[in-house]
Amino acid sequence: MSSTNEDHVSNGTMPDDGIMRAADGTPLKQRLAKALRREKLRSFLLIAPLLLFILLTFVAPIADMLFRSVENNIVEDTIPRTVEALAQWDPEYDQLPDEAVFKALHDDLQIAVAERIHTRLGSRLNYESSGMSGLFRKTGRRIKRMDEGDYKAQFIAADKDWGDLETWRVIRRFSAPYTAGYFLSAADAERTSEGIELKPENERVYLMLFGRTLTMSIAITISCLLLGFPIAYLLAHLPLKTSNMLMILVLLPFWTSLLVRTSAWKVLLQQQGVINDFLVWIRLIDDANRLVMINNQTGTIIAMTHILLPFMILPLFSVMKTIAPYYVRAAKSLGANDWTAFWRVYFPQTVPGIGAGAILVFILSIGYYITPELVGGTSGIFISNRIAYHISSSLNWGLAAALGTILLALVMLLFYLYDKIVGIDNVKLG
Amino acid sequence: MSALPPYASKTQIAWHYTFRAICGLIFFFLIFPIIVIVPLSFNAEDFFTFTPKMLALDPEGYSFKHYQDFFTNPDWQQALYNSITIAPVATLLATAFGTLAAIGLSQSHVPFKSAIMAILISPMIVPLIISAAGMYFFYSRIGLQGTYLGVVMAHAALGTPFVIITVTATLVGFDRSLTRASASMGADPVRTFFKVQMPLIIPGVVSGALFAFITSFDEVVVVLFLGSASQKTLPWQMFTGLREQISPTILAVATLMVAISIVLLTVLELLRRRSERLRGLTPG
Repeated sequence: MSSTNEDHVSNGTMPDDGIMRAADGTPLKQRLAKALRREKLRSFLLIAPLLLFILLTFVAPIADMLFRSVENNIVEDTIPRTVEALAQWDPEYDQLPDEAVFKALHDDLQIAVAERIHTRLGSRLNYESSGMSGLFRKTGRRIKRMDEGDYKAQFIAADKDWGDLETWRVIRRFSAPYTAGYFLSAADAERTSEGIELKPENERVYLMLFGRTLTMSIAITISCLLLGFPIAYLLAHLPLKTSNMLMILVLLPFWTSLLVRTSAWKVLLQQQGVINDFLVWIRLIDDANRLVMINNQTGTIIAMTHILLPFMILPLFSVMKTIAPYYVRAAKSLGANDWTAFWRVYFPQTVPGIGAGAILVFILSIGYYITPELVGGTSGIFISNRIAYHISSSLNWGLAAALGTILLALVMLLFYLYDKIVGIDNVKLG
Repeated sequence: MSALPPYASKTQIAWHYTFRAICGLIFFFLIFPIIVIVPLSFNAEDFFTFTPKMLALDPEGYSFKHYQDFFTNPDWQQALYNSITIAPVATLLATAFGTLAAIGLSQSHVPFKSAIMAILISPMIVPLIISAAGMYFFYSRIGLQGTYLGVVMAHAALGTPFVIITVTATLVGFDRSLTRASASMGADPVRTFFKVQMPLIIPGVVSGALFAFITSFDEVVVVLFLGSASQKTLPWQMFTGLREQISPTILAVATLMVAISIVLLTVLELLRRRSERLRGLTPG
């Protein structure tokens, strides 16, 4: 709107047709629309660099992870001819595939062995049916020595599993370029010949881990609320100077490195650590019966409550700060005792703060990795530790991606709730 | 709560002090783990607890040996070097992109504003392990996994939401008529930005930059997956130290890092006061 281009200033007479016009004779509406377009373009040009940067460095990786959770090109890429030939075969039919399929497999495997990629296919199929990895490894060693003709007999001679209908059913079932297999594994289910069913009870790891992550996050949220509420109340009702001083005690942990706080808890909670030493010294416990507070769920809950407590206190504090003192006074002057005035009048007004703080703490805790990894032992680990394990140790990236996708969906759902309750624009820092 | 009225009953007095005692205990819980590592880092022995000599305040119980180890051990020095070469560059990227975008977003007619905002804020919301997994998969496809550039870009992406939030917050209180006044007196947009707008939003920019810095400086999950051994940062070194061979040098590093947080906290507080003063609010 600041554009006052002098070249266009017209000094001719305006046509009297009832349309509002700018100084240069163009209709005002048009000029305003142009100015608006220019403003939109300018703001978009300011945003564009960051938007591109985030799309490339962050959104694309997340999209890649979502894609990997269903991607299954490896079977088709490694043994393309077999997959094509196998499409003719009816897995319900009680007979092994015919010679053409075995010949295709022989041709495919010869190339795969030369490129040393047949073991990768073996480990991929091993996720679905154990024994496949060994089968491919073993056959890979024998493939060079196979003669032309009657491949079927030679394959079965190399490993009798090739004569098993189930082997072929697995290959056929997982030869599609996309699979729901990783998601099924992430939900402790598997697709067998009889359809989708849950794994035997002793193999159900992930449902248990998701359950534990959720229950421990709830426990952490509740303990943060119990410890955070009194502090927020105190800070909101003390004179400004004192509360600012005490606020430092909340902000200092908030600003201290996560690893510093985790290592502090590791030092404190160890069996030879400060707390146990103190308890032994005051004779509360025996030297032989030192408490086990680390490498279990207790350790995780204590350390994470400490780490996430500021995220509960700060939103609660900012809500309590805005609650006018008149309501409680009015309640008391109408005869309510302290408890009634607090519970019926004050507390309901803090609910938005409780909601905001609780969802924030909960969202943060279900995705936590570092603290459970360091103080959780085996019984205190979360689903994120399992994701990390599949990325760096077991190398089952598809399953890691599927677990990550489920966790992401959960966080997004919670964040949607947070946005409804608090509003994403109201996120405050410090 | 602030003070007991003179007519308070005995139960009210009792509750008043009980409540304060409870709050005192919670404050103790908050601050004690951070305080306790400071004396322990001066331990003359390789223990993680107070030795009898330390409790007796015997000077022989204390020493600087863990600090000496930190400053001479090549592993820790390499980690320190990596941390101070990665974090500032990531901060610079995040602050430059983030400030521009926040100014753009604060204009009145931005199409798809809430969708853009959601995308730009997302690195802060998505759990780090998921960001790390996605980045690991994607960056190894495009050859950035295990490179300095890859880690810097990832850290910059994680830091931008903080810059956007703090700068947007300062822009909310920004008086638009100031830029109009500057334009009407003949200043071009660039001059207006640097002479009028920038000095007023600088506290937001700096505190956003501090958040971005601390995000990168403290970050361990993403660098653990994305980096290779030559990008080993201080938090990474602490993490492996805590997981494998726990050495008391970690406590010396932790104490130094607490000192850094105190400095950052002080700077932020001063900035907040300055910003409130400039905007005509009384400093709290």
